[in-house]
Amino acid sequence: MKPFTIHSGIVAPMDRANVDTDMIIPKQFLKSIKRSGFGPNLFDELRYLDEGQPDADNSGRPLNPEFVLNQARYQGASVLLARENFGCGSSREHAPWALEDFGFRAIIAPSYADIFFNNSFKNGLLPIVLDEKTVDTLFKEVESQEGYSLSIDLENQVINTPSGQSIAFEVDAFRKHCLLNGLDDIGLTLQDAEAIRQYEGQRRQSSPWLFDQVK
Amino acid sequence: MGKTLYDKLWDQHVVKERDDGTALIYIDRQLLHEVTSPQAFEGLRIAGRKPWRLDANLATPDHNVPTTSVERESGIEGIQDPVSKIQVKTLDENCDEFGIVEFKMKDKRQGIVHVVGPEQGATLPGMTVVCGDSHTATHGAFAALAHGIGTSEVEHVLATQCLIQRKMKNLLINVEGTLGAGITGKDVVLHVIGIIGTAGGNGCAMEFGGSAIRSMSMEGRMTMCNMAIEAGARVGMVGFDQITADYVKGRAYAPKGEHWELALAAWEDLKSDADAVFDKVVEIKAEAIKPQVTWGTSPEMVTTIDGFVPKVEDAKDDVEKSAIKRAHEYMGLEGGQAITDIQLDRVFIGSCTNSRIEDLRAAAAVAKGNKVASSLKQALVVPGSGLVKEQAESEGLDKIFVEAGFEWREPGCSMCLAMNADKLGNGEHCASTSNRNFEGRQGYGGRTHLVSPAMAAAAAIAGHFVDVRDFQLAD
Repeated sequence: MKPFTIHSGIVAPMDRANVDTDMIIPKQFLKSIKRSGFGPNLFDELRYLDEGQPDADNSGRPLNPEFVLNQARYQGASVLLARENFGCGSSREHAPWALEDFGFRAIIAPSYADIFFNNSFKNGLLPIVLDEKTVDTLFKEVESQEGYSLSIDLENQVINTPSGQSIAFEVDAFRKHCLLNGLDDIGLTLQDAEAIRQYEGQRRQSSPWLFDQVK
Repeated sequence: MGKTLYDKLWDQHVVKERDDGTALIYIDRQLLHEVTSPQAFEGLRIAGRKPWRLDANLATPDHNVPTTSVERESGIEGIQDPVSKIQVKTLDENCDEFGIVEFKMKDKRQGIVHVVGPEQGATLPGMTVVCGDSHTATHGAFAALAHGIGTSEVEHVLATQCLIQRKMKNLLINVEGTLGAGITGKDVVLHVIGIIGTAGGNGCAMEFGGSAIRSMSMEGRMTMCNMAIEAGARVGMVGFDQITADYVKGRAYAPKGEHWELALAAWEDLKSDADAVFDKVVEIKAEAIKPQVTWGTSPEMVTTIDGFVPKVEDAKDDVEKSAIKRAHEYMGLEGGQAITDIQLDRVFIGSCTNSRIEDLRAAAAVAKGNKVASSLKQALVVPGSGLVKEQAESEGLDKIFVEAGFEWREPGCSMCLAMNADKLGNGEHCASTSNRNFEGRQGYGGRTHLVSPAMAAAAAIAGHFVDVRDFQLAD
């Protein structure tokens, strides 16, 4: 996983509540057995005017000029500004994979669906929660100023705006540690292998039916 | 102070508390399917890791499998879509390589993972159950702690038998009273989502309680827990009782003999204590619930069969105003339109929400002696597993459906998410017993209306939505 320390980038506004993971990456692209290559199909049904197919060349497809990521001023965006309950619906990790593959490193929204929120951290994508009023202000600033960028400092948990304002944000200590160092948490959990074995042994005693072998 | 069911299940599974408020939680059962597991197995291979405990895992392909009997006869080779074929093949290869039990495509125990787990007794009360699928909440109906996870976590559970979790809040949905005739778990849960909204359960474990739930079948409870995630709650659950025990007893993976007696004694405590404190309680009157139909592109956009599509000016704020406007455009509906006036193109009865035997019986009771409206392009019935299909056929339900003009298919996720060939055409309206009415969910440009199985069958016959309570059953 790519470590996340300080990131500065152009902000793209996704002004819509309850953006679901079917919207982020439609089901036909979930047939891949790889973790990469989902970026060209991020928001496929909003981004293109025709129906996308897996393993197809997307370069000649008609783009929806209305869609935010197709507008010239948001090219190269790496911070997504969103509304409440972002990432609801399916548990597909393909959603953060697609966002990350497209080039996003952080999302800012008033709230996220739980599974999406969790999945993002595992993929070097930082989902930041800010209150609705602050998010509203950011939407106004992004829309009024072309090339609007934010600088996100994870270590100090602060977002710096172009006007010099600093916005503090909260992040879980363990997730922050993993993200800052690009750590794989399986390795960390396996440091507790002895505790797991001990628990398992006790459980085998107290609830033996959970270890019955099915013939 | 008493404990909630969630508190008890959590406490029983803590391997280690961490200083930052998270805990290592032991996982008793992981269910695997072809879509969210390939990258997890690949991760194990790259790191040179082995599964921690093989017998805790059970796999079956479901999302991509075709549902016509012609395609199914030749197993994987019958899958027309080459990309789908590779994915199903990859699951087989991974399970063979690592030694994980899999119900393969030609096994009659194959089916939708959330139908198969409970049906086999692989889901047991008191377990922690995970799967790379958000509808894993289904298994909470057995007083289990069950939730969906992402692929990185699938790999984490394979490698460590644990998950790093932070405890959620306790939310009780208390449904008191008696449900009216023709009202099912599906109507109850859609009604709940309509009240608390699609983010109403975010960060919560949602327990369904109250007299209406206590008298509900396991199938109804599974339907409700299945859709907890549509209200934002990763976990849905119902306390253990005699109905749970009766359902589990005798199933292939259920404990036998002395172990059954031991288990039963332990399971008795799997319910919230009378003095348990919930962070939030939502009271619902069972008698007030009518048949539900979604009109929009989020499960919270739901109304009753005698209701109307809301108008833009009914919105409480600007965000909702634009959501309603966009939903009108996508769904091809107008504010103020009666739900019963929505003309349908297809009907889908199936999915992990509503493809169990009770669901098929309810739909067949409506279909019996009737004909699917000639205006419909297709009415599909897709049983949840090979065993559900076998049971339905032994009761003659397949004949009732076929005589009425429904197509009787092989088990799989099918048109719920259209990863196989079963999908909606652009602009088509579908009465569906599935769980999500998101844009494009059932096919590019497809328009989904979520309903109960009986409501879907009645809509198939009328060609538009009708109140199943007014429907004359053949017997």
